[in-house]
Amino acid sequence: MSDIISVKDVSVSYFGKQVLEDVSFEFKSGNLIGILGPNGAGKSTLMKAMLGLIPKDKGTIEINSKPLKVFRKKIAYVPQRSNIDWNFPITVKDTVVIGTYPLLGLFHRPRKEDKEWAMCCLEQVGMVDFADRQIGELSGGQQQRVFLARALAQKADYFFLDEPFVGIDVSSEDVIIGILKKLQSEGKIVFVVHHDLTKVKNYFDELVLINKQLIDAGPVQKVFQSENMTRAYERPVSMLSDLGVEM
Amino acid sequence: MGFLHDLQTYAFLQKAFVTSIMVGIICGVIGSFIILRGMALMGDAISHAVLPGVAISYMLGINYFYGAVFTGILTAFGIGAITQNSRIKSDSSIGLVFSAFFALGIILITKAKSATDLTQILFGNVLAVRSSDMWLTLAIGSLVILVVIIFYKELLVSSFDETMAAAYGLKVRFIHYAIMFLLTLVTVASLQTVGVILVVSMLITPASTAYLLTNRLSIMVLLASFFGALSAIIGLYFSFEYNMPSGPVIALATTGLFLLAFLFSPKQGIVFRKIKAFNRKKLA
Ligand SMILES: Nc1ncnc2c1ncn2[C@@H]1O[C@H](COP(=O)(O)OP(=O)(O)O)[C@@H](O)[C@H]1O
Ligand SMILES: [Mg+2]
Repeated sequence: MSDIISVKDVSVSYFGKQVLEDVSFEFKSGNLIGILGPNGAGKSTLMKAMLGLIPKDKGTIEINSKPLKVFRKKIAYVPQRSNIDWNFPITVKDTVVIGTYPLLGLFHRPRKEDKEWAMCCLEQVGMVDFADRQIGELSGGQQQRVFLARALAQKADYFFLDEPFVGIDVSSEDVIIGILKKLQSEGKIVFVVHHDLTKVKNYFDELVLINKQLIDAGPVQKVFQSENMTRAYERPVSMLSDLGVEM
Repeated sequence: MGFLHDLQTYAFLQKAFVTSIMVGIICGVIGSFIILRGMALMGDAISHAVLPGVAISYMLGINYFYGAVFTGILTAFGIGAITQNSRIKSDSSIGLVFSAFFALGIILITKAKSATDLTQILFGNVLAVRSSDMWLTLAIGSLVILVVIIFYKELLVSSFDETMAAAYGLKVRFIHYAIMFLLTLVTVASLQTVGVILVVSMLITPASTAYLLTNRLSIMVLLASFFGALSAIIGLYFSFEYNMPSGPVIALATTGLFLLAFLFSPKQGIVFRKIKAFNRKKLA
């Protein structure tokens, strides 16, 4: 599998207020890509635009020169935690079973093997013991792992995660990053929205740095350097050096 | 018991009985999805907004069903259009649209018919259910139940995580309007039993009661139907035995069940939570 996802000249606005301006970049299979930028930079918006969830003013998003829509069922999306109703009457296991829905299509119910596959995905994130819990009865890190399991259940080729590392414990963080690196080594393309700068170098090989406009995109060594970061974060450079930014 | 005997004797009471149960069931089913999608207000809006449709149907001499469904749908689209195309928040646009429809409805009804009819439409009169009303309710009920069974998976995912549903290609906008359509049908079917003003109690309260009792959507839907049907039967009983308006009695019955769950539900009930907290303190 060697695919190319390319984003060309994408602009997005909400009610006339522009939040993304002419963003373009390209990535190949087998990459784990961080989408980086300060709060309100338009990271979630970029991700939603890439998935075709919100209308664009202009621009194209393609996989191998075909519109991304064609590949919908090969895409798994893990929403920002704040967008989920954690009181919803659903168990951990049933949440992961939802991951099998896209491939089932209309009129088909999840079969026994789909449920077994869901349990297998739960196993991978170390959450089997919690299968019958209501999703609100978990810690933040556990919730994030369950949603990652749901994404795995989709058997997707392209993964989009919005702020998976916010407010989670160290062991969940290890599990999640381990799985993302494994997906990368299997040749998948994984995009991760991220705004905390401390672990950027441990997590990602490639970066997209935005603040309304694209600041830079490419390998971490190239993008994660002081001039770019100062432009994106509008912060003094001295603080950035502590975070491992190239000076 | 006198009521059971009368139930076997009087055809009009049998019709009312069958209709009430069906109304209770479908209100519980649709109500479950409505409250999980945060659309409780929408239920209230649609139920009020069917009024002008009912009035116009009377004027044209057609079954009130057609007019009611028409204005119900119009309301759903009107609210959607205002929310999506302006910065007005959805609760405001709901209030804005339905109060206008309701006001129009009252004026039209008082022009078209006598005041007693208005009271019946507003507060329900389950004992006046005719055969045609009963068959209409059964038809609507079967349709609603069938749709929910066939598309249960899609209803679940779009209610729980609309973004994911849209990302894998479900037409979430279509699903939203389909639910609005079913909601309108359910409201129309409930007009005779509970009346316009109190349909919302049938939609929201049994579903909320069920919500306190389970962690599974399928069980929530079943429990909500059960509580809805039970409340409707209680309403019918008081309406028949004590000559009370059925709508308000049903509304109070749903509330009574809710309070029981609110206080005593093993998971969420405040009594058990207090007891647990007390025991924990004693141990500490
Ligand atoms: N649905 C929306 N309606 C209007 N404005 C929005 C909406 N979503 C996001 N915005 C605005 O767009 C900008 C970018 O938001 P977002 O993409 O969520 O940023 P990030 O994820 O980088 O924090 C912010 O200024 C935010 O207020
Ligand atoms: Mg965001």
